[in-house]
Amino acid sequence: MYKYNDFDTNFVAERNAQFRAQVTRRINGNLTEDEFKPLRLMNGVYLQLHAYMLRVAIPYGTLNSHQMDQLAMIADRWDKGYGHFTTRQNIQFNWPSLTDIPDILDALADVEMHAIQTSGNTIRNVTADHFAGAAADEIDDPRPYAELIRQWSTDHPEFQFLPRKFKIAVTGSEHDRAVTRAHDIGLRMVRRDDQIGFEVIVGGGLGRTPMIGKVLRDFLPINDLLPYLEAVVSVWNILGRRDNKYKARIKITVHENGIEAIRDQVETRFAELRPTYDGIDQALLQDIKLAFAKPAFKSAPTDGFDVAYLNDPIFRSWVDTNVAAHATQGYAIASISIKAHGQTPGDATADQMRVIASLARRFGHDEIRISHEQNVILPHVHKSDLPQIHAELKTAGLGTANIGLISDIIACPGMDYCALATARSIPIAQQIATRFDELKLEHDIGHLQIKISGCINACGHHHVGHIGILGLDRAGVENYQITLGGDATETAALGTRVGPGFSADDILPAIERLVFAYLDLRQSGDETFLQTYRRIGIEPFQTALYDPQDTHAHAAE
Amino acid sequence: MARPFSPKIITANALIQGDVIYLTESDTWTGDLQHARVFTGEDTANAHLAKAVAQADQAVGVYLTDIDVQNGVLVPTHFREDFRKTGPSNYAHGKQEQVTHV
Repeated sequence: MYKYNDFDTNFVAERNAQFRAQVTRRINGNLTEDEFKPLRLMNGVYLQLHAYMLRVAIPYGTLNSHQMDQLAMIADRWDKGYGHFTTRQNIQFNWPSLTDIPDILDALADVEMHAIQTSGNTIRNVTADHFAGAAADEIDDPRPYAELIRQWSTDHPEFQFLPRKFKIAVTGSEHDRAVTRAHDIGLRMVRRDDQIGFEVIVGGGLGRTPMIGKVLRDFLPINDLLPYLEAVVSVWNILGRRDNKYKARIKITVHENGIEAIRDQVETRFAELRPTYDGIDQALLQDIKLAFAKPAFKSAPTDGFDVAYLNDPIFRSWVDTNVAAHATQGYAIASISIKAHGQTPGDATADQMRVIASLARRFGHDEIRISHEQNVILPHVHKSDLPQIHAELKTAGLGTANIGLISDIIACPGMDYCALATARSIPIAQQIATRFDELKLEHDIGHLQIKISGCINACGHHHVGHIGILGLDRAGVENYQITLGGDATETAALGTRVGPGFSADDILPAIERLVFAYLDLRQSGDETFLQTYRRIGIEPFQTALYDPQDTHAHAAE
Repeated sequence: MARPFSPKIITANALIQGDVIYLTESDTWTGDLQHARVFTGEDTANAHLAKAVAQADQAVGVYLTDIDVQNGVLVPTHFREDFRKTGPSNYAHGKQEQVTHV
């Protein structure tokens, strides 16, 4: 993975020293809160409902074991013994005191991590496919390109005071695991003849006004990546509305101006910028690529794996659910669910972090990934090591076999932590996961993504959940709206609101009715919830939700 | 006709720890809702709000919020304030761990 050079190290150290001085000046009264707030936000420090929250970037979701161990140390020493992995491949610490945060930032810098640009109206942490560098369906590893973008966008002088935040995601595979169509810019790697390039998608986003991104360029050569991105962001920086924060994101700019007008302006700006890139960026990219060279994969028999798979049903279930195809013979990608039934989605204890780090060090070529789905991945494990890995995960409470199933729920922190939230998300996720575990139905239900947000800002990606749940405040009471048919992949779609919302007490029975309706209505066990929804539409599910007597009558016919 | 003034308290987050705090009778801060001063008059509430905002070395994000007094017990009228006085529902952290005074 990428290693900091002297410039990176000095830059982060200088920023941390500046922030330490800013905290001191705030406490001494030399900075007002109005002066201090934008400074702390530039360093990932929020003030939430019960405490400060520090959001730390995990660039393109990649960690090594040393970094994971350090996150565990921070969780133990300065927080409450756990961290929360987010839908943008960050980790959040929910309980730091303001005076400890400079020390935490220094501890992060010790392992080449930081919290810069994890908040504010800047280009945020660049996210990527969590199977990057390992997936069998990959054209090329997207992480060197994401790192190039990270270096370009960090402290970019033109883009420190954008109209709003700006999010970029990169995928290198046909199958989109990075939700590229719901980002301000999504980069989807494509091959044309023998050349690799990017399809550039612009103006996607969830939140208050959800939109699926539109194709701005169907093929962008690699050499043009940075000047083209710079053209897009600079055009939006001029056109983007600063009169209304709810209309400031590039999705609104694209919507109001039209994709053709935006494309014309971007191409004009690109023509101006392209000559200013004299090849240094491409030389840098080549250096970065060296840092992402494939590990030295071993060649070994997989007999032990085959025996365990045949004889241990718990291991077999975990493999079938949590293990994906790797590009290299004999290897596999192992997803570690941090969604044990009834637990908080995305939370890992310090002890669990250390177990993951140890497994990565001993069996995983020292590589760890964090997914936007709030799980952890060991991207390079030899199949012969999977039985041992699974055994250690089980002992640590990390052996849950539910990746992609109904209990693998994305949930934002909601009103349990977030100052912006209008309702809680976590207890709803806990209840749903617990209930379907009790029913022992989730493997029969199959692939079903539930995504829960505690407000319209949609950090829980509810718009692109097969079942989306949005928590709102309705006259002083928590109320949950359901959307159906959302899709976060290359066939991205926004869910459709099904009807009136449900109270906190009624949302779990409502989800049960939806799922039982699906089980009744699917053509076979192979037809997923989303496929059934697309085949029959929303009405049978509306009936199940709001007129369940009719559902029972139909089921009995 | 002006809306009648409903009883209110003054709340904020503590500057250093970030935890939820409430203004007391003596214009100091407490972590315990039951020690908060209840304001029944708008002018008095606004006067103390200004004093509370001025304590920027201790408090961040100061605001007035509605409160019910039921048999002498202060009860938030909105679920958000109820969560603030208790802590998160997924772990026994925050005020449910211990009541802090500042």
